[in-house]
Amino acid sequence: MSAFLIYTILIVIKIVIVFGIVLGSVPALVLVERKLLGWMQIRPGPNRVGPWGLLQTIVDGAKVFFKETVIPDGVDRPVYDLAPLLVIVPALVVSCVVPFGPAIEIAGIQIPLSITDLDLGLVFYFAVASLTIYGIVLAGWSSNNKWSLLGGLRSSAQMVSYEITLALSVVGVLLLCGTFNLREIAEKQAGGFWYWNVCRQPLGFFLFLLAGLAENNRLPFDLPEAESELTGGYHTEYSSMRFVTFYMAEYVNIVLTSAIITTVFLGGFNPPYPYEFQGTWLDGLIGVVWFGIKVGALAILYIWIRGTLPRLRYDHLMALGWKVMLPLAFINLFITAILIALERPWWEMCAVGLAILLMTDIFLSHILWRRRRAVY
Amino acid sequence: MLSIDLLRGFAVTLKHVFRRRVTVQYPEQRRVDAPVFRGRHRLQRYADGLERCVGCALCAAVCPSEAIYIEAAENDPNHPISPGERYARLYQIHLLRCIFCGFCAEACPEDAIVMGPNYELSDDSRAKFVIEKEQLLTPPSEGFGEYESFLLPKIG
Repeated sequence: MSAFLIYTILIVIKIVIVFGIVLGSVPALVLVERKLLGWMQIRPGPNRVGPWGLLQTIVDGAKVFFKETVIPDGVDRPVYDLAPLLVIVPALVVSCVVPFGPAIEIAGIQIPLSITDLDLGLVFYFAVASLTIYGIVLAGWSSNNKWSLLGGLRSSAQMVSYEITLALSVVGVLLLCGTFNLREIAEKQAGGFWYWNVCRQPLGFFLFLLAGLAENNRLPFDLPEAESELTGGYHTEYSSMRFVTFYMAEYVNIVLTSAIITTVFLGGFNPPYPYEFQGTWLDGLIGVVWFGIKVGALAILYIWIRGTLPRLRYDHLMALGWKVMLPLAFINLFITAILIALERPWWEMCAVGLAILLMTDIFLSHILWRRRRAVY
Repeated sequence: MLSIDLLRGFAVTLKHVFRRRVTVQYPEQRRVDAPVFRGRHRLQRYADGLERCVGCALCAAVCPSEAIYIEAAENDPNHPISPGERYARLYQIHLLRCIFCGFCAEACPEDAIVMGPNYELSDDSRAKFVIEKEQLLTPPSEGFGEYESFLLPKIG
């Protein structure tokens, strides 16, 4: 067998496994979300189908398959059909660059535990993930519905605004690591949790987390689908499998944003204690398990945020994005650059980041909030 | 401070995760109804089994949604159905029209019609919501005569 053939087979196997896990995590995440939100609202959550309600989302999925596809009058058919695909495909393609574990060696073949080991992985993520906006805007536009259109418009403004913060907040990490390759970024954080980028870039981590929420249209930034205002937003006129495509894309995006945050800020597949990966299959397993734990914790944090915070008003959202988060991202970038140039130790970087967060907090709560200006 | 306020909010939701759930798992668990609960109507009987309703149709007259239909008939003196001169030969309530205001029970001079405890009123055809006297009468298994009117001052 030629090396090319082995390589191709390996990639196909990895694609099947990764897509299977990412798509399979959607019903699991939906169930966890419904359970957790239920508990936070002192309800039990779904508990009728299967033991402890475990089969609820699977049954829901089966139900959706048999539902009628309602297509309203006056929709722009080609665009209307294309929009759900434009949302789900970028979400899935992003999973190609995420390193789920360290490179392992089986029978003398080096296998990196990601579908592709792209040198521009992070840039690829930003480039592809922002394509989701097209799907949402086109869905809103082609639905021939004012509320859908409003949702699409809001999403375009919101996602474009937060895209900038999202990209700027990781530049500090790029300065520290000196690479766009996600596997290398993860490997540079080996040796215990104090080597993770979150300890060097607390501000960047915080900004990325918030901007990631906004990018995924998750509460408290879910204005594109604000149920109480827009009856569902851009996907109001979608039913059956088309609607589920949007729904799945949202959860795939949560999983993959969590995966990117994990890789960039939380040490990726590295355990939080010093550990040297030797490249055996057991090491691969350890890496994947730690990666999964971190991604799961972030996804639960996202659900927790959803259960706690109310939706922002639209002008507040834009003000937060442009007047607070974007300047903070720039400050973070400059201070990181200066500290790297001065070759200061990592804890100084951490302290400065936390100090800026604290100052922002005081500034927002004592100056702007008290004056009741629409800045925060 | 903003962050403290936010963290306090997160603490609230986290605390609620471990609180006892307030949901009543309905078909298995049931709430205890208030004694004045206004569920589906019931027609009461005396202890000897005679119907209290004398077919005066005051309930039908007072009903704001005209959900009650009554046809009265003379009692056979040898086999009386009610203690009065007349009885309700036909007593129908259209539950889809009824608004459960309880005016019928209030208007009834004989305390014959009362609001019962039954609230499980779903069915699969409209025709089944017109309920007849046989469905309204208290079944013998639940005992004749003794009942508590919702008008009796029990609460407040």
